[in-house]
Amino acid sequence: MTNPTITQPPILEARSISHYYGGTAALTDVSITIQPGQIHCVLGDNGAGKSTLIKILSGLLQPTAGQLRLDGQPVVFTNPRAALDAGIATVYQDLATVPLMPVWRNFFLGRELTRGRGPARRLDRPAMRQIVRRQLADLGLNLRDVDQPIGTLSGGERQCVAIARAIDGGARALILDEPTAALGVKQSEVVLRYIRRARDRGLGLILITHNPQHAWPVGDRFLLLNHGQLVDDRTKNDVTVAELATLMAGGVIHLSDSPGESLTVEAGDL
Amino acid sequence: MVFFALVSPTFFTIDGAGVWLESASTFGIMAVAVALLMIGGEFDLSAGVMTGFTALIVGLLTTHYGVNIWVATVIALFAALAVGALNGLIVVRTGLPSFIVTLATFFVLQGVDLAVTKLIIGQVTIQGFSRVPGYDTIQPLFGSSAPIGEHGHLYISVAWWIAVTTVGWWVLTQTRPGNWIYAVGGDPEASRAQGVPVRATKVGLFMTTAAAGWLVGMISLYRTSTVQATTGVGQEFIYIICAVVGGCLLTGGFGSVIGASLGALIYGMTFQGITFARWDTNWLMAFLGVMLLGAVFVNYSIRRRVTA
Repeated sequence: MTNPTITQPPILEARSISHYYGGTAALTDVSITIQPGQIHCVLGDNGAGKSTLIKILSGLLQPTAGQLRLDGQPVVFTNPRAALDAGIATVYQDLATVPLMPVWRNFFLGRELTRGRGPARRLDRPAMRQIVRRQLADLGLNLRDVDQPIGTLSGGERQCVAIARAIDGGARALILDEPTAALGVKQSEVVLRYIRRARDRGLGLILITHNPQHAWPVGDRFLLLNHGQLVDDRTKNDVTVAELATLMAGGVIHLSDSPGESLTVEAGDL
Repeated sequence: MVFFALVSPTFFTIDGAGVWLESASTFGIMAVAVALLMIGGEFDLSAGVMTGFTALIVGLLTTHYGVNIWVATVIALFAALAVGALNGLIVVRTGLPSFIVTLATFFVLQGVDLAVTKLIIGQVTIQGFSRVPGYDTIQPLFGSSAPIGEHGHLYISVAWWIAVTTVGWWVLTQTRPGNWIYAVGGDPEASRAQGVPVRATKVGLFMTTAAAGWLVGMISLYRTSTVQATTGVGQEFIYIICAVVGGCLLTGGFGSVIGASLGALIYGMTFQGITFARWDTNWLMAFLGVMLLGAVFVNYSIRRRVTA
């Protein structure tokens, strides 16, 4: 299926990906792209194959069949490091943060900035603190104290730190695994706002979720996954949030249903 | 502490300070290493017996086999590092709790110390160590002291203690590996996901603890010129207590090197204070228990506040 709104080549493209665990198909013939400046939402219930898809895109698993293309060239991600080096970062649900450590230490974990040489080589705290503040502010989160343990932040704020960290680490594409799943209404809206800010900065995003109310306001394109298969693929213009919910529930949308009549949430509300 | 000063006038004299500083220094060196390991999320129950193990290696190699004293001291260091690496590798490879793995190492080393020593020299105490050629060239490094006060001594182990604390503080708070130590203790999975070398960090911590055991083993060997096959047994819990009193969480991911060092200072002062006060030294154990429980309560409430 082609999308007429595509103006730039995709950062990452999965072509007819299938994956089998033993004899069981977890994914069958799934195609998906990550476009700069766009949010593609993958919707599906538990067991639809979302986790398998994330694992393949982030280099944790290799597809049994099908191909990944990075900037138009075939690529094989043998491990998550390879995907990261290509600028494909994944923000998992648990966010991979260490609760007792300060925000700035978490932000730079594994890629700490240093100054000095030899035995005098030490963490460049002022630089790291400053970068953390700036990157968080760019996404709309102003933290007074980046020295507070990250465990003291709200779930939405932690999500923001994880997204900003991925961006600072050089990500051009972000795969977000259920970023709003554990959050309340208000926190979810905050996180969706961060996601839009990331999109506005030109990043390509994939938003994995089972919540059409969260996907619809921010998404440009919606892929519905069921039993490991892509059962529907819609752009923002040809689906309403109510239809998304119906599709999610396994229902069929009749053509007579007029789009936009039922419950709609405008992206601008966020 | 004020109490001890009142009961025993010598406690807070310079002479008295020399005594409890000496006592605190060896515990302080171990407490710093053990604190780093605990912050990294692991325990080492073989840390105490390691002090005796390394001292016995040097004692046996020099007095019985005539090995050069410097060479023997270096061999003991490598033996310690090997045991530390083994502890670490078993823990990170198998995922077994370090409590169990190092408990096993503890028993193995304790048994080896006794059995091998008796097998080789027919008794459990190394004698004649100070007559080994070259003894005087290396002894000042670990066992020398300077006179202070009227009859007091300030041992070089106090300098080692300060040095180890300084280096430990630097590494933990100012360097990348320090950041990894906090991280692997706080959440190993998250650390791995962020590219932290979790296994290397943990193995390095076990080796650091073993190296500290070697240093303390050398300090006690060269200060007393003798070593018994049971040296260090039972001390491992005191190191852990010092670290916990100094603010380390038993669950890892949080703590301080300076705190652990101060924990050892409190321990040394209490230990010698009880002696100065001419009490039964068994009271020390009761005091330790109370202190540990109090410290754990405080640490636990801090953790609850942060992660709630």
